[in-house]
Amino acid sequence: MALLEIENLHASVDGHEILKGLTLSVNAGEVHSIMGPNGSGKSTLAQVLARREAYQVTAGTILYDGKDLLEMSPEEAACEGVFLAFQYPVEIPGIGNAYFLRSAMNAVRKHRGEDELDAMDFLPLYKERMKLLEMDEKLMNRSVNEGFSGGEKKRNEILQLAMLEPKLAILDETDSGLDIDALRIVAQGVNAMRARDRAFVVITHYQRLLDYIKTDFVHVLVDGKIALSGGPELALELEERGYAWTEADEQVLPA
Amino acid sequence: MKRTRKTRIRNGHLTQDNKASNTGQLAGYLQAYGQLRAERHEREPLWMQQLREDAWERFSARGFPTTHDEDWRFTNLASVAKIPFRRVLKSNVAHLAKEIEPFRLPGALCQLVFVNGHFAPELSEADSVPTSLEWCALKRAVDCGIESCAPGGIEQHLGRYADVRRDVFAALNTALWDDGAYLRIRRGAVIDRPVHLLYVSAGEAGQIAGQQIMTHPRTVIVAEEHSHASVVEDYISIGDEAAFSNAVTELVAGEGAVVSHYLVERENLASFNVSTLRIEQARAANVSSHSILLGGGIVRNNVHPVLAGEGTECLINGLFVGAGRQHLDNYMLVEHAQPHGASRQFYNGILAGEARGVFHGRIVVHKDAQKTDAKQTNRNLLLSDSARIDTKPQLEIYADDVKCTHGATIGQIEEEQLFYLRSRGFPEREARNLLLYAFAAECLDRMKEPAVREFAEALIRARLGDLVLTKDSAGGAAEVAEEKQSWEEVG
Repeated sequence: MALLEIENLHASVDGHEILKGLTLSVNAGEVHSIMGPNGSGKSTLAQVLARREAYQVTAGTILYDGKDLLEMSPEEAACEGVFLAFQYPVEIPGIGNAYFLRSAMNAVRKHRGEDELDAMDFLPLYKERMKLLEMDEKLMNRSVNEGFSGGEKKRNEILQLAMLEPKLAILDETDSGLDIDALRIVAQGVNAMRARDRAFVVITHYQRLLDYIKTDFVHVLVDGKIALSGGPELALELEERGYAWTEADEQVLPA
Repeated sequence: MKRTRKTRIRNGHLTQDNKASNTGQLAGYLQAYGQLRAERHEREPLWMQQLREDAWERFSARGFPTTHDEDWRFTNLASVAKIPFRRVLKSNVAHLAKEIEPFRLPGALCQLVFVNGHFAPELSEADSVPTSLEWCALKRAVDCGIESCAPGGIEQHLGRYADVRRDVFAALNTALWDDGAYLRIRRGAVIDRPVHLLYVSAGEAGQIAGQQIMTHPRTVIVAEEHSHASVVEDYISIGDEAAFSNAVTELVAGEGAVVSHYLVERENLASFNVSTLRIEQARAANVSSHSILLGGGIVRNNVHPVLAGEGTECLINGLFVGAGRQHLDNYMLVEHAQPHGASRQFYNGILAGEARGVFHGRIVVHKDAQKTDAKQTNRNLLLSDSARIDTKPQLEIYADDVKCTHGATIGQIEEEQLFYLRSRGFPEREARNLLLYAFAAECLDRMKEPAVREFAEALIRARLGDLVLTKDSAGGAAEVAEEKQSWEEVG
């Protein structure tokens, strides 16, 4: 059985239907890339998977690891191993990065019935993973994402991914706004986390990220549905020809 | 004239310029004033008698402010003015030792306890106070005069700064204070642990219903040149009875002195608390005022620094947390009188239930105060639809080379932040609590005295924990009433 089974998913925001019958199956160990024009529903899919309440599912099912994901709150999904790397990571003044991350890890551990990590267990791991993402250790004591550059924020998302070791990692346009060095570092972090028991859903607007992250499948999302699926070669074709030829009908929602 | 007035008071009548509406409301205060005069008249030096008399005249002429007063527009005292508060005579309070124990400040250098307005030596601890810090109960300091208790002359400071003409509560305090603390930090002395002043309102056993206690604590802090000290003024209640605390503190910071003042308001929810901190800063003095308002039913917190010397720095830092029907009014008046002064005001408010907050931030830059750098920020979180904040910045600039900025924000817990935390596994309640705490922690981070910081942190955590548990604080994200103002004025 697949790790993630999305069947005929319909979802709305503020009464506007964005996802209109999306079906997708992701196995553990695989990397799936979801591409598509602005407004096609890529980020909506990410938010639904992370269980954001403002995104209402009106029809369809999502089975995650054999369980009904739509029954889960955001924190339950997180504890069950769903991780979303945010397109726009949120700044939280007043909460330190290290405290935040250790508390998050302990929330997950508590859910699994494991002992909490103390600072002595946590710090060496944190420092090691920061090194992997070429992050300045000083960021550790700053507030969550506060005053971080765009690249630092995205790296911090991947750092959290590397610490929380989820089963399903969703990357929502993690590449957008990154220069080539930052992109390389982020991809390096993701590649280091690839594992047989872990799946990635990589949402991206550009093919560029896929030069660095080896993807198994590419899906093209148009108007709330998967219009086309294929192997990595599909991404290259999209880069050359644009999205227009993939559209099921002529309507592409503007951004 | 003076004689006539005294006679009138002794006869129990009000002077003629009183408004008729005040007459009934002021009777209790008049009685207290008459009683106090009878007790104190023989002992007090003339200057003090004169101060009390002038102040009483001022108070009795004006009575309680109404919402027609611009400075009281958002705070209606009509219900409080009706309550016949009474002054309590000094009594033995040794039996309260156990009850005040949980209110002590761990790590304090000393603790001076005042119960119902009177110094309680039996509850105080001041054994390890170095000679560089002189302390005395204010009543004794005034009665003894210059020689023994107050070298330098307490009459140089007491009543010199608090403005009885502008502020009726300062007038009422000056007329009616029974006692308080007098602290003098000697030139160059570094007092490295905080002084804790605990002002207790304690309902008495067998208290007659409707006979609520009033106190008018008066504190004088004189920090001489280049001295360092931290003082915590802490207001608490024993029991659930309503009480009226009307405190005035005059803090004088000499040249280069570094003083931190902390106000903690944690009285019961039936209490009415007015506190006025008047700061006078000499050249290069650095004063910080931290207000932590967690309790009280109706609370008015006045902070009024005058940057009277060149190159002074003043930090005014505050946090107010209200729930239920609490009303927390913060009135700041920062006066820059000399060049190169820097003032920073940061007030954060968290309001749940039907609580109401007020932030009135007035900055006055006088003609000579060139190169003034004044900044004011008021941030507010409203946790329910019925909570309310009125925030009112006010700049008066008479100098032409100054930098003044002010801004206010009003919002709710940000749904984005809440979701971010939840998406990382934080349970919703914990995430809300963490965000509230982070908002409050901005104020905590400005408190540099470690013992007080730790103490304040525990109080704030406990208060916020209560807020998150109340149902009304979990207000929906759908109805976000947000209003942002931010503007800058550079002359």
